[in-house]
Amino acid sequence: MTPFFDIGVSVGRIGVFFAFVFGLVVIMTWVERKGAAYIQDRRGPNRARILGLTLGGIFHPLADALKFLFKEDFIPDGAHRLFYQLAPMFALAPAVMTMAIIPFGPPVTIAGKTIALQIADLNVGILYLFAISGMAVYGVVLAGWSSNSKYPLLGGLRSASQMISYEVSMGLSIVGILMVFETLRLSEIAQGQGALLFGVLPKWGVFVQPLGFILFLVALYAEANRTPFDLPEGESELVAGYHTEYASFKFSMFMMAEYIHMVVGSAVLATMFFGGWQFPYLGDAGFVFPGGVSVAVPPAAVLVVRIGSFIAKTLFFCWLFVWVRWTIPRFRYDQVMRLGWKVMLPLALANIFVTGLVLLLLDRGGV
Amino acid sequence: MSFGESLYLLEIVKGLAVTMGHMLHNMVHNKDIPTIEYPEVRRVMPPRFRGCHRLMKRPGGAPRCVACYMCATACPAVCITIVAGESPDPKIEKYPVRFDIDMLRCIFCGQCVEACPVDAIRMDTGWYTPPEDTREKLIYTIDRLLEK
Repeated sequence: MTPFFDIGVSVGRIGVFFAFVFGLVVIMTWVERKGAAYIQDRRGPNRARILGLTLGGIFHPLADALKFLFKEDFIPDGAHRLFYQLAPMFALAPAVMTMAIIPFGPPVTIAGKTIALQIADLNVGILYLFAISGMAVYGVVLAGWSSNSKYPLLGGLRSASQMISYEVSMGLSIVGILMVFETLRLSEIAQGQGALLFGVLPKWGVFVQPLGFILFLVALYAEANRTPFDLPEGESELVAGYHTEYASFKFSMFMMAEYIHMVVGSAVLATMFFGGWQFPYLGDAGFVFPGGVSVAVPPAAVLVVRIGSFIAKTLFFCWLFVWVRWTIPRFRYDQVMRLGWKVMLPLALANIFVTGLVLLLLDRGGV
Repeated sequence: MSFGESLYLLEIVKGLAVTMGHMLHNMVHNKDIPTIEYPEVRRVMPPRFRGCHRLMKRPGGAPRCVACYMCATACPAVCITIVAGESPDPKIEKYPVRFDIDMLRCIFCGQCVEACPVDAIRMDTGWYTPPEDTREKLIYTIDRLLEK
């Protein structure tokens, strides 16, 4: 019975998290279009209807998917047929794989067994995330090269150099967090953020590592190819960048990959810098406020509040992606490179140094 | 640029405030969005707007046009084709057997309306040329012009 239980739990977890991420991807495409419209004083999608209901255009993602399914699956003449078809898979697969290590909530005990609300609690945690999400660039580069067209090639090249530049500062920007929480496991990082700082502030990553947070946020936008760093797509100069020559479902796979990156990136951001599933002042048995006041909350409600808080944080950062996209214009390419190497990298290194110094001094003070 | 501006982050936050302001305003005051939802709501055209043509009818239903070719002569785009015939009504000399307007050629200048001596052609339907899927459908015949 036990192995079946374990397998069932694993499959169930994967199913639920998969559904969550993909559901969010679908909703985000709608949020992006509708949010863009409202920010720009337009109405946005409001035509697709089911049974006479439009519900603010919520059915448009469905219509989009249907449209992509029924479009001709076209391969340009000069394209490298194998790589051209592999590229969307290379883009989508790493994006999907990254969601494996995100803790959606604290471990739950069911029938005497502790179940982590996380597909895989890897001891290398965050390194796995970087390793896998770094592979997403292969999809973009392959797409750019194999299309045998100028614009995709330029898009692919831009993407490659941008990803490499920002991967560095992204990796360095979270070293501070790893030093503070002394672990690479995302579950332990989330757990560690339940403590209080000076007895008042929740010990969230953003409070212990404010500079690290800003650097990570900026690098995340660059890694996810989102405005203001969406030069690989650069509509105004590159038509559509690396996926110019793609149509039908292959194009939609690139689109999905972008949105999954966005969702997973938001989840990682929430986990590392905003306490993950931690709700401020909510302990296992209920609220414990700094003044010594405590309110008891049943364990089931605690779990719901914690998962809800994780989802709310993720949603907020997803929205932030959209919000920023329709606020800031795109950088020029040399500005992107200058920001990446001359500003972000030194700041990230300085952040590590200062964090180390402070930790060392605190350690001395403690001893 | 001052130092604060060159940091860029504060300016981004200001920009975010502007866009959020627009969004919240549009969510609350949905009616303020200037978009006209076209097929359901149509822009009110000014009275002198030159839209698709129509041919006027006499009280009996016969076309008012006397097939004088004035409009076809005046037309700078040469889009009007008229074939005249002898009218069965003894009081009327001629009537148009064919009166085709090639909407693909028409430039909506209104010269035909100016030229008409009997006020038989007007451009006051308020419609732009609607799209069609063949070229033939865009050559409007006399029946279609009289219908409008």
